[in-house]
Parts: sequence; structure tokens; C-alpha cells
Amino acid sequence: MKIFRNSKVLITMMVAALLFAFGTSSILTANAASKQKNLILATTTSTQDTGLLDVLIPAFEKQTGYFVKTIAVGSGQAMTMGQKGEADVLLVHSPDAEKKFVEEGYGINRQLVMHNDFIIIGPAADPAKIKGVKSSAEAFKMIAQADALFMSRGDNSGTNAKEKTLWKKAGINPEGQKWYQQTGLGMGQTLNVAAEKKGYTLADRGTYLSQKKTLGLDILVEGDAALLNIYHVIEVNSAKWPKVNSPGARDFAAFMISKKTQKIIKTFGVDKYGAPLFFPDAGKKVEDLGK
Amino acid sequence: MELIIQGIIKAFDLIISFDPEVMGITWLSLKISGTATLISLFIGISIGTVVALTNFYGKRLIISLINTGMGLPPVVVGLFVTILIWRNGPLGFLEILYTPSAMILAQTVIATPIVMGISLAAIQNLPPNLRLQILSLGASRLQMVWVLIKEARLPLLAAVMAGFGGVISEVGASIMVGGNIKGYSRVLTTATVMETGKGNFDIAIALGIILLLLAFFVNLILTQIQQRQNPR
Repeated sequence: MKIFRNSKVLITMMVAALLFAFGTSSILTANAASKQKNLILATTTSTQDTGLLDVLIPAFEKQTGYFVKTIAVGSGQAMTMGQKGEADVLLVHSPDAEKKFVEEGYGINRQLVMHNDFIIIGPAADPAKIKGVKSSAEAFKMIAQADALFMSRGDNSGTNAKEKTLWKKAGINPEGQKWYQQTGLGMGQTLNVAAEKKGYTLADRGTYLSQKKTLGLDILVEGDAALLNIYHVIEVNSAKWPKVNSPGARDFAAFMISKKTQKIIKTFGVDKYGAPLFFPDAGKKVEDLGK
Repeated sequence: MELIIQGIIKAFDLIISFDPEVMGITWLSLKISGTATLISLFIGISIGTVVALTNFYGKRLIISLINTGMGLPPVVVGLFVTILIWRNGPLGFLEILYTPSAMILAQTVIATPIVMGISLAAIQNLPPNLRLQILSLGASRLQMVWVLIKEARLPLLAAVMAGFGGVISEVGASIMVGGNIKGYSRVLTTATVMETGKGNFDIAIALGIILLLLAFFVNLILTQIQQRQNPR
């Protein structure tokens, strides 16, 4: 009797094993089928957190038949992936680092895609009294002087790089200051932390708008030319890494600057947030933006 | 508090309406973690049993290593697996980075020591005379091992549950080697992290509840199996 019971259990377990084996084999064949046409896109958290990529990627996949693996990390990490040949194409917003990336031969065909702007946000009470200040560097100086809490991304992302430039411009070294805290998280989560701690932070407008309802933080400084947030698409140089899918990268870049895509970018978010999150810029010059 | 209630409502909303995306994510979580647990059972129980039943120099060191492995931090596993399977890494020819297969690999590495450690303790915990008794009844060595494994089924099923629980709830390795790609390698835990980042707390809570329900049902089935065959 006991043996019988045990064998029943065994059969149950074997059936379960078979089921899982089927599941795995389907996963593996799915891999094999898409192997040829995989494209790894390394991008910033803001393009994913705003939902823009959820609209653009399916359109691109449908149009070209590629399977896009979107890896949303900070711009810094995205470029590191490119440097190691672990990504095919980048969509990033850290212009100074991008220029270096291309100069060092890791990337080719860097092309302007779109922009929005950074904003300085903080609690409505505004302890450092920066509301309405025109210059972002000036506002940063006031935050430092008031010892008001500032949350930094601290992750080498595009936003973090911009923030560091602004501190430099303000002539302040915030590292190690008590009022300066680094989250090491993406934009969305850093906004949550800033909201919870009632601190100031620098954010891209897109992520802020898409999350505004749960935050309770206000836009305090905006419109400074130094606050432009510019996105470029860069193809990873296959001369350095032969495994890079350069035809796919080229197609993706072409897709991003195509008229149709630029139109989608222009209207994205308008219905939901009442204002566009990004402004399409294909074919324009960086110097002409924001004028 | 209001947010939690909203999340619970959202969770039931998503379950009852059979939201295709959430169902897909849930099914993928189950498939990946189930497969990883299954592979870890084969490796974990066999090596665990061998170590338990044999005596060799340095056995205590090996057992300490296995027990340490039970606490392997998933992010560390994720980091090492990523470096190994990079396109230009030593296992790059497999081309499995950012695929469900890579997630199964990483989760197997996490679950195996858990299963191994518990199996080892379970087999060691059997009365030592049992082995002699089975052998004296004329069983071969292999038959003896099989009887011992059956005898230890209660703690062994606990090992299954611990292994599965370890990987279904794991996020660090999954997000690193899987990439959280929509409709492809996004599982319940990585989706929860992403929705939290987006500030969609209600969806994040809902996904968390679905994860708990999933873990509960899997454990319910396993517990049924475990308790049913224990008439004592």
C-alpha cells in the first residue's frame, strides 16, 4: 500500500517535470528563432519610465521584424555597455560623455533625436526660496547656502551628469555635505525619495510629469538654457566589436529620426498629461534648440 | 493605507479580467522559477545525498561551503552570470544574455545550494542504523539510496519549497541577466520594481499580491503532496 502511494507521488512529480520541460523547450526555441534578429538597445530610465518606448518599440519591431531587447539603465551604464560591445544601439542624454564615447571610437553616427528639459523641483514650502530664480546655477547655490536637503541620482546617468555640471557652474562641491544625499536609483525612484524626504532634486520633465500625481513636489526652476535635456541615438561601432548588430543599429537610428516616429514623439503624452513630454528634433542643430 | 486598498482592488481587477500582460508575466515567473527549481532538485538532491552518505577528507569544509551557498546573494550571482554570458565573455557563444534561459541559469545557481544543504541535512538526520538494516535485507546500494530518499521525503519537499521560494521572490539576478524586457523576460518581481520606479504604486502592490498568491498555491500543492504520504 505504501509503495503504491509513493509511486503515485512519483508520477505526479514526473508529470510536473514534463510540464516544465515543455515550458523550457518552448522558451529555448523562442530564443533560437529570434537569435538572428536580436537588437540590444541600451537606454536611460527616463525613456522607459515615461512609457515612450512602450509606444515606439512595438512600432519598430512591426516595421522591421527585429526583436528589441530594451535595457533601461542610466546613460553612463548604457555607454559602458556600448564600450564593451554588449549593446548594439544607444538612446542616451549625456552630451559631454557621448562626445567622448564617439571620439574614442566606440560609437558612430551620433544623431539628434529629441529634447525636453530638466527642472529643479522641491517641496512647496521651498526652504531655500529658489522659486522663480532664473539661473539654475544660482538656485543650486541658494540650496547649498540654506543647507536644504538635495537628493542626487549619484549613478552617472545623464541627469546626474547634468547635475554635476550645474554644481560646478555654481562653484560648489556638494560631495560629502550633510544636506547632499545620493540615492543611486533611477529617476522615478529618486523622485519618490525626494517626495518622501521633502528634498530638492533635478529631474527630466518627462519623468516628473508622468509621476506628478503621486509626488506632491513642485516645479521651482525651469526655462534656463543650461537645463536643456538632449537625447541622441548612437550606433555602437562594430569595428571594435564584430558581434554588434550594426544593420539593426542603423535601422533603429533611421527609425528614430524618421518623420513618422518624430510625429509620434511630438504627440506622446499630450492626451494624458496635457503637454508633450518630448520635442522631436531630427535634422536640427543642437545650438538651435530651445530658441 | 488607502494605497494598499487600491492595490488590493487593482490586483483582483487584474486577476478577474485575465489581463493578458499580467497573466503572461505570471506564467513566465512560474515557468522560469519552476524550471530552475526542478534542475536544482536533480543536482541538489543527488550531490547532497552523496555528500551525506560518504566520508572523505574535508567533508566538513564542503558542507560549510554548501551551507554558505544557501545564502548566496542573488545580485552577486546575477553579476557573475552576466559577466560569464556577455557576448564577449567566456560563454558568450551561447548568446543567452537577456533571455529567459539566462534567468533559469541564474536562478538554478541560487536554488541549487539551498536544495543541496537541506537534502544533505535531511539524509544525515536519518537514523544511522537504517542504512545497515536496508542493506542487510538484501538491497543493493542504489536501492538503499532510493529508500533513504523516500524516507526523507518530508524534509526533501521542504527543500523544494525553500528552493522555489528563494527564486520566485528573487529580483536582483533576474533583472540583471533577464533585462526586464516587456513580454519576454519580465517577471513578477522585476515588473514590481519597474512599476515602483514609475510611481505606479497600485499596480506594484497588485503585482506583489499576485506573486504572493502564486507562491501560496504552489506551496499548497507541494504541502498536499508532503502531508498526504505521511500516514503516521
